[in-house]
Amino acid sequence: MTNDDTTKGEVVNNPEKTQESGLTPGELELSQVDSAGVEPGETTPKVVGYRQGMFGPTQGGDTSGYGLLRRPILVAGETARPYGGYFDEIADSLERGLVGGPASFGEAVAAVVIDRGEMTLNVNREHLPAVARVLRDDPALRFEICTGVSGVHYPDRAGEELHALYHFLSITNGSRRVRVEVSCPDDDPHIPSIVEIYPANDWHERETWDMFGIVFDGHPALTRILMPDDWPGHPQRKDYPLGGIPVEYKGATIPPPDQRRSYT
Amino acid sequence: MSTNTDSTTTESTHQSDPYATTAADEAAAGDAPVFTVSGGDWYSVVDEATALHEERIVVNMGPQHPSTHGVLRLILELDGETVTEARAGIGYLHTGIEKNMEFRTWVQGVTFCTRMDYLTPMFQETAYCLAIEKLLGITDDIPERASVLRVLMMELTRVSSHLVAIGTGGMEMGATTVMTVGFRERERILSIFEMVTGLRMNNAYIRPGGVSQDLPPGAIDALREMVPKVRKGIGELEALLNENPIVKGRMVDVGILSLTGCMALGITGPVLRSTGLPHDLRKSDPYCGYETYDFDVITRTSSDSYGRLRVRIDEMYESLKIVEQCADRLQASEGSQGSVMVADKKIAWPAQLALGGDGLGNSLDHIREIMGSSMESLIHHFKLVTEGFRVPPGQAYVAIESAKGELGCHIVSDGGTRPYRAHFRDPSFNNLQAVAAMCEGGQMADVIVAVASIDPVMGGVDR
Amino acid sequence: MGIEEKLPAGFALSTLEGLAGYMRKASMWPVTFGLACCAIEMMAVGTPDYDIARFGMERFSATPRQADLMFVAGRVSQKMAPVVRQIYDQMANPKWVISMGVCASSGGMFNNYAIVQGVDHIIPVDIYLPGCPPRPQMLLNAIIELHKQVESMPLGVNREKAARAAEEAALQATPTHQMKGLLA
Repeated sequence: MTNDDTTKGEVVNNPEKTQESGLTPGELELSQVDSAGVEPGETTPKVVGYRQGMFGPTQGGDTSGYGLLRRPILVAGETARPYGGYFDEIADSLERGLVGGPASFGEAVAAVVIDRGEMTLNVNREHLPAVARVLRDDPALRFEICTGVSGVHYPDRAGEELHALYHFLSITNGSRRVRVEVSCPDDDPHIPSIVEIYPANDWHERETWDMFGIVFDGHPALTRILMPDDWPGHPQRKDYPLGGIPVEYKGATIPPPDQRRSYT
Repeated sequence: MSTNTDSTTTESTHQSDPYATTAADEAAAGDAPVFTVSGGDWYSVVDEATALHEERIVVNMGPQHPSTHGVLRLILELDGETVTEARAGIGYLHTGIEKNMEFRTWVQGVTFCTRMDYLTPMFQETAYCLAIEKLLGITDDIPERASVLRVLMMELTRVSSHLVAIGTGGMEMGATTVMTVGFRERERILSIFEMVTGLRMNNAYIRPGGVSQDLPPGAIDALREMVPKVRKGIGELEALLNENPIVKGRMVDVGILSLTGCMALGITGPVLRSTGLPHDLRKSDPYCGYETYDFDVITRTSSDSYGRLRVRIDEMYESLKIVEQCADRLQASEGSQGSVMVADKKIAWPAQLALGGDGLGNSLDHIREIMGSSMESLIHHFKLVTEGFRVPPGQAYVAIESAKGELGCHIVSDGGTRPYRAHFRDPSFNNLQAVAAMCEGGQMADVIVAVASIDPVMGGVDR
Repeated sequence: MGIEEKLPAGFALSTLEGLAGYMRKASMWPVTFGLACCAIEMMAVGTPDYDIARFGMERFSATPRQADLMFVAGRVSQKMAPVVRQIYDQMANPKWVISMGVCASSGGMFNNYAIVQGVDHIIPVDIYLPGCPPRPQMLLNAIIELHKQVESMPLGVNREKAARAAEEAALQATPTHQMKGLLA
C-alpha cells in the first residue's frame, strides 16, 4: 500500500473508492445528509472539503504515517426552524417585507444558517438589493448600519468561488446583528451593488473589488482603493501569491512565508 | 479705461480705445476664451468665468503632509478658499496584513492584527481573540481575571488613543503645547503597558484564550499612582482647550455631520456620539464583562468638531473610571492568583511568561518542567507553539467599541491552524468616507480640523 | 557641494571638514515622514519626555526643501514608494536618511506583495535602526550615531577616496548567506 499524499482529495490504490465522485461510501453518505428528518432548531452539517493527512498540505514526503487519513471539513449548513432568540423574528419580518417585491423569501434566500449565535442569510445575488432594502426600511428589521463587505475566496467550491459577506447592525432594535452571504462564480464575478441603499458600502465594495475581483454592478466608481491604480491582479485571492522574497540570514536563506513548510 | 459704456466689441475701428481686443490678441490667445471688460460689466464676466470652472484649482494635499494623520491623500478642488470637492485617496499604507495572517497560526495572527491601527493595538487584538474564542466556543471559559485585564488594557489604550487624537489635532491647528501635554500623559500610560506587557506599543498581549501573562508585582500600585496624574493632565488639556476662543473659533460649527449623515455613512464612535445618539457597543452589546462596570456613554448634540473634542475628553475620564474599577478587581483577585489563560491546555498558550534577569521570557519553572521532568510537556509545548491549535470550521464576526468606532473582526476557519480569512472592519476606513460630506462647502483650513475630528489612523484604513 | 570639493587634501581641508561636520550635525532638521507605528515613536521623541530639541532637531520641516534628515518611519508600501523617492529627491544636499524600524530597514514582519522590502531599495540609507517600533531612546541612539558619522564625514578629495574604499570593501566582503558565523 503506497502512501500518496500529494494532492488533497486524491488517493490512489484505495480499493473502496468506486463512485465517480471520488468519495468513499461513508463520505458519500455524509455529503448527502439533508434537512429532512432533522430536529427543530438543529443545524445540518455541510461538507465543504476534505482534509488529507494529519498535517494538511505538506511539502516533501510524509513521514507521519497519517497520509491516508481523510476527514471532511464540516461547516454549519441549513438550520431548521425555530431558530431561537430574535432570529425567528428577523426571518419572519424579512419574509413579510419581501412580499409584493421583486422576489419572495424563498426565491431570494437560499438558506438560513444559525451557527455560534450568529444568523447568516445566504441570499441569491440577483435579489440582494431587494433584501437589503427590506432590511433597512422594514420597521421590525431596521438594520441602519451595514458595517461593510468582506470577501472570501474559496477556490475549491466550483460555481461559488467568491463570497461577499455583509454584516448589518440594528441600533434601534437593540443591537441585533445579521449576516448576509452572497456568492458568485469565478467566471462571472458580478454582484449587484447596494451603495444606493447603504452609502457606507462605497469604499468597502471598492476594497472587495480591489482585493478579490468581485465586480459590483451599479457602483458609482469601482476603482482600486488600496493597491496602486494600475496594479494587476487581485491580491487577497487564494491563487495570488503572498509575494514575499527569500530572507537572507548569515549562512542561510529562508523562503517567504507562503513557500515554507506548513502545518495546517 | 474705455470711455464708451458698451464695451464688449471685439473690433475697434478707431485708435482711441487702446484696451479693445485686436485681431492680434485673438490670434495670440488661440483657443482660450477672451474676455474684454471695461467698467460696469465685471459681475457678468465673473459669473461667466465661474460657470466655466476657470477659477477652480485642484490642490493635492499629498500623502506626505504634516497634517493628514499619516499617509492620507486629499484631493481638493478649491474655489478661492472654499472647498467645492474633497476626495480622499488612501492605500499608501496598505500592508497586506489580512493576507499575511492567512500564512500564520492563530496566535501569531495577533502580532499582525495589532499593527493595523497602531494607536489602538489592544482593540484589534481583543476583537480578533474574541472572534477566535467564539469559533472555539470558549467565550464563557475565559477566566475572569483575564477579562478584567483585557478591559484594563483596552481602556488604557482608549485614553492613549484619544490623547494622540487631541494632541495631533491641536498641533495641526498650531497649538504645540496641546501635543506636548497630551504625549506627556501618554508616556505615563505607555510605561504601564511596558511594565505589564513588555512593550510600549504593538504589544501582542491579548491572546486567544486570555492574556499572555499576569500582572507583575507592583503593577497595581503603579497603576493607582498613575491614574490621578493622568487625570490631572487631562484637566490641563481641558483648561487649554475647552473655553479657548481660538479653539472654539476654529472648531465650533466645523465639520458638521448630522445624525442622518452618520447613519447614511455608517459612522460609529465619537463622531456618532457627537450627534447625540448614545450608541456604544460596550453598553448595547457588551463583551469581556463590560456590563458589570459603571461608566456613562458621553454624547454631545452639536455634531461638530468641538463636540467631538469634548466627547473624547469626557470619554477619557470615563475610561479612567473603568481603569480604577479594574484595579480594584485585580487587587481583590490577586491573592487567589486566578489564572489568566483558559483552562483548556490544548488552546492555552503553554509558556508562562515571566520577567527574568535577561528580560521577558518563559518562566524558569516551566522550563525546568518541560526540559527536566516531562517529555510530554515538552512535546505539547512545542506542538502548541509551532503548529498551534486548530479551530473548528465556520465563521464568526465580533465587533467591539474601539476608540474610533466599531471595530469588527470577521474570521473564517477551515478547521486548520491558520485563519482561512481574517477581515477587519476598521472604523477609520468607514469614517474617512465622511471627509467629503464634512468638508465640501467649507473653508480650506476647516478640512484639516474636520479630518482631525474624524481621527483616522491610516494603518487601520489601509491595513 | 561647492568650494570644498576643489580643495586639495591637507590641513585646510581637514579643518574645513571638522568645522562643516560640527555645523551640520548641530542642527539637522528632519522631514516629517512618519508613515506608520514608528511615526508615533518619532512624535514621542519630539515631546518633552525624550526631547529631540536638545539636538536642535525639534523643528520638523514639513517641506523637504528645508530638511536635512529623513526618518523613514514606518512601512513603505508599493503605492508610497514613488512618493518616498520624490521627497528624497526634493531634499537639498547634504542629506541623510535614517530608516527607522524594521519595516523601513528590511520589510520587517511584512514579507509580502504590498511592502517594499527595505527602503534602501529606493533611497540610500545611512543608519538602519531596528525595532518594532524602536523605543524613543533607540531613535536617539541612532541620531547620535549619525551625528558621529556626520562629524567625521570627509569632504572633497577625501570623500571620493573614502567612497571608493568603501565600495572596494563591499565588493570583497562575503555575501550574507555565505557567512559562517561563530560556529565555523
